[in-house]
Amino acid sequence: MTSPETTEQQDRTPPDQIVAVPVRHPGRWVAAAALLVLTAMLINSLVTNPAWRWDVVWQFLFSSRVLSGLWLTIELTALAMVIGVVLGIVVAVMRLSRNPIVSTIAWVYAWFFRGTPVLVQVIFWSFIAVLYPTLSLGIPFGPEFVYFDSNLLIPIFAGAVLGFGLNEAAYMSEIVRAGILSVDQGQTEAAEALGMTRLRILRRIVLPQAMRVIIPPTGNETISMLKTTSLASVIAVGDLFTQVQLIYGGNLLFVPLLVVASIWYLVLTSLLSIAQYFIERRYSRGTVPVRKARFLGLGRPNSGWA
Amino acid sequence: MTEPTTVTPMVKSEGVHKYFGRLEVLKGIDLQVMPGEVMCVIGPSGSGKSTFLRCINHLEKLTAGKLWVDGELVGYRQKGDKLHELRDREVAAKRSEIGMVFQRFNLFPHMTACENVMEAPIQVKGVSKAAARDRALALLERVGLADKPKAYPRELSGGQQQRVAIARALAMDPKLMLFDEPTSALDPELVGEVLAVMRQLANDGMTMVVVTHEMGFAREVGDTLVFMDDGVIVEQGHPRDVIANPQHARTKSFLGKVLT
Repeated sequence: MTSPETTEQQDRTPPDQIVAVPVRHPGRWVAAAALLVLTAMLINSLVTNPAWRWDVVWQFLFSSRVLSGLWLTIELTALAMVIGVVLGIVVAVMRLSRNPIVSTIAWVYAWFFRGTPVLVQVIFWSFIAVLYPTLSLGIPFGPEFVYFDSNLLIPIFAGAVLGFGLNEAAYMSEIVRAGILSVDQGQTEAAEALGMTRLRILRRIVLPQAMRVIIPPTGNETISMLKTTSLASVIAVGDLFTQVQLIYGGNLLFVPLLVVASIWYLVLTSLLSIAQYFIERRYSRGTVPVRKARFLGLGRPNSGWA
Repeated sequence: MTEPTTVTPMVKSEGVHKYFGRLEVLKGIDLQVMPGEVMCVIGPSGSGKSTFLRCINHLEKLTAGKLWVDGELVGYRQKGDKLHELRDREVAAKRSEIGMVFQRFNLFPHMTACENVMEAPIQVKGVSKAAARDRALALLERVGLADKPKAYPRELSGGQQQRVAIARALAMDPKLMLFDEPTSALDPELVGEVLAVMRQLANDGMTMVVVTHEMGFAREVGDTLVFMDDGVIVEQGHPRDVIANPQHARTKSFLGKVLT
C-alpha cells in the first residue's frame, strides 16, 4: 500500500479517508412508504369501525374480574415454570447419568409427558380424585400407612399447576440437555483433573456455561406457557382468559373482551422479554458480545455510515 | 539418575496397554519418574504419548498393566490378589494431588483469572474464600500475571491463558504436574513465556511429565527424554545423549524432522 519511506516517517499525516457515494437502497424507501400507508389504513379502521367498541375495552381493561384473572394467570405461569425448570434440570441430568436405570426413567418421563396432550394432563391432575378418591403410602398389595383425601391434597388450582409444570419439565429437560451437551468436553476434563466430583462439575462449571444456550428457548417456553394457561378455562380455574370468556358469555361483546385479554397477554410478554434480556446479560459473562441484540429490530446491524 | 532404590518413584508404569475399541494405542509402557525429575516425552502425533499422560491421572482407563503414582495404584485398590475399582470420589481425591495443563488451556470462560485459580481449592479442599484469593493472587504473580486477576480468559492472549492454567493447577499443591503439549496451540512468539514459567517450576523441584515438541526445553530442562512411537517407548535416556546420539533409526528420523 505505502512505500517504505512513508511508513518510516516520524510525523505521519492521517491517511485521506475514502470519499465515495454509498450504495443506494431504493427498495427500503419503497418498503417504508408501503408500510406507512398500510399502518395508516389499519389505524383508520381501528378508530373508525364502531364494532371494535373501544369504550367497552376501556371499561373492562382494569375491571376487578379481569385483574383477578390476570393475577391468577401470572401465578399459574410462574409456578408451572418453576416446576418445569427445576424438574427439567433434574430430568436432563438423570438422562445424562451413567446409571442406565436412572437415564431410562428420564427417557420414559420425557416420552410420556411430551407424547400426551397437555390439556389431558391438566384435566387428569385436577380431577384425580375421580380416579383415586384417596391416595395412600404403603406396600403394594400390602398394608397402607398414610391416607390422603385426593380432593384436599390436590385442589383444582394445584392440579392445573401440576399439569402444566410436569408437562413443561419434559420439554425443559430436552432444552437443558442440549445446553449441557453444548459445553466443551475439555471443561469437564479440566475440572476432573482438578479433583472435582461429577455433581460439583455440573453445578459450578457446566450448567453456568450451558445457561447461555438454555435461556433463549426457556424465554420462549415461558411466553408460550403464559398463553397455554388459558387452557385452564376447561377446569374452571379463573385465569385471565376464563374471566374474559365469562364476561362476554354474559354481554356477548366478545370482540372487545378478546382485545382486553390480548392487550394483557401482550403486556406480560413484553415484560418477560425485558427480563430475558437482563438474564441473558448476566450469563454472558466472559464472552464478548458478537453483536448487541437490537431492540424492536431498530438500529443498524453493522456500524453503518458515520 | 542415580536415586537409591528405597525412594518411591513418583510415577511407575508396568506393561501399560490401552485400547480404543480394537485400536491398540499403548502397547506396553514401562517407565519410572523419580521425585523431582522432569521427564519430557516426544514422538510423532498418534504415538500414544498424550494417552499415556492421561492414564496417569485416570482420565483414560488402562486396558492392561499397572500404574502407580507415589506408590499408590491409579484407579484401583488391591485387596489380596483382587483389584477393586475406586469410587468416583476416591478417583477425584487422587486427581486433586496431580496437576494437569492442557494443550487448549481449558480455562473456565465464565470465571475471571483469579476465580479460575480459586475454584478448586474452595470446592475440593474447602479452603476459605479469602485464603483462596490470597493464594491465587500470589500464584498469578508467580506466573507473571499480577496485573490480570480480574481478566476473563477471552481477554487474555494464549500465553497468558496457559500461564493462568498453570497457576490453577499449582493452586492444589500438586506433587506431580502433567503437561499435555502446553505450547502447541500458541503463536510462536508466546511459547517462550510459558516455557519460562515451566523452567522456573522445574528449578523449584517440581516433578513433571511434559509431552512436548519443544526440543530446546527438553534438552535444557529435562532430566530424561522418552521417545515414543506407535504405542511403545523406542528410546529413553538423558536428553543430551538421546538428541546428540540417537540409537534407533526411528528416533533418528524423527529428530531429523524436528531439529531443523
